[in-house]
Amino acid sequence: MSLGAALDAVLAASLLWIAYACLSSRNLFRAVVLFVAFGLLLALAWARQRAPDVALAEAAIGAGLTGALLLDAVGRLQPAAFRRRRAGAAVLGVAAIGAAALAFGLGRVIAELPAGPADLAGQVAGRLDESGVTHPVTAVLLNFRSHDTLLEVAVLLLAALGARALPPEPPPPLEHAAGDRVLHRLSRLLLPLAVLLAAHLLLVGASRPGGAFQAAAVLAGAAVLLRLTHDLPPRSVPGRGWEAAALAAGLGLFLAVAVGTALFGGHFLGYPPALAGGLIVLVEAALTLSIAFALWTLYP
Amino acid sequence: MSSGTIYGLCGAGLVAMGLAAFLVQAHLLRRLIAFNVMGSGVFLILLGLAPGGGAAADPVAQALILTGIVVAVAASGLVLALARRLHQATGRMSLDAGAGDDERG
Repeated sequence: MSLGAALDAVLAASLLWIAYACLSSRNLFRAVVLFVAFGLLLALAWARQRAPDVALAEAAIGAGLTGALLLDAVGRLQPAAFRRRRAGAAVLGVAAIGAAALAFGLGRVIAELPAGPADLAGQVAGRLDESGVTHPVTAVLLNFRSHDTLLEVAVLLLAALGARALPPEPPPPLEHAAGDRVLHRLSRLLLPLAVLLAAHLLLVGASRPGGAFQAAAVLAGAAVLLRLTHDLPPRSVPGRGWEAAALAAGLGLFLAVAVGTALFGGHFLGYPPALAGGLIVLVEAALTLSIAFALWTLYP
Repeated sequence: MSSGTIYGLCGAGLVAMGLAAFLVQAHLLRRLIAFNVMGSGVFLILLGLAPGGGAAADPVAQALILTGIVVAVAASGLVLALARRLHQATGRMSLDAGAGDDERG
């Protein structure tokens, strides 16, 4: 067994073990921390499979932002009787057997499924020149399958609107961060670095791993940090006017480009190859700002 | 066994564990964590099934997984907002009426 395969086996086993520890932990806070660690190990697994774009997104969004959201939620739970209701033995047994059967069935499918006839990676490589960018993942996301990205942004906008539709919440009972001077200094140092990193990720996404989503996640993370140190205010109920514009700008521009290509070119989202590069950068810039704002809106 | 298959099988295990935890747990935050673990397992299966080899992983599979990660965080954010509202209104963090399974720490 080669060194790489041994590393993959150890990493896969660690993922399963940490997931089991997370799901079965008696302590809720510990479960959330283990979930964040799980996300970071998963980012390593993506990197091992030569998928750096996914690794970036998993670390920033999957582990970072989801972990921050979960930690905030845990912090708001009122201290109550620490009594965890155990599910009955019958339910546990059925769930265990069902899970084992599902794992076995999925495992057989994965091990025995032959490679499909369509060589998608080859098709992407063949048409990469027409896409306007040189990085295959960005070409797929923003050109070849831009329809999926359009709908994804719409879904994110829906979730942000849903979160805003709920009344604003009282601050959580324990707030140490507001008085923490180290955190204040650090957040002020990190903010310009985060903006710089986000701009870099956005612009470099055309030729290397990066892109709008990773940049938006970095910006949203910086915004959450500022929210923790009370440098940014909590959400207000009627909302300021520019907030609606910020949320809608990304999707709006994307839709405008899509309709524009339908009216002037040929079909919906069919970029003319000469303009494709410029259109992609434009759409990605608007998407970065909107997605960052939407992600921050999800944080209370 | 290629690396894709190893991680694909790992993904299958994660889906199974996540589903079992989702069914057994009643606490909404734990169910959300289980749901996210299931999602991560599905993504691993997705990339594991894509044809391997080459300098980088299949870009179409990567794009689909990226989309999935963003949708997962959007759904998680909305679920947490609703769960916080439920906790604020009723003091419970579960959908089962009368089950005193709030927990902290």
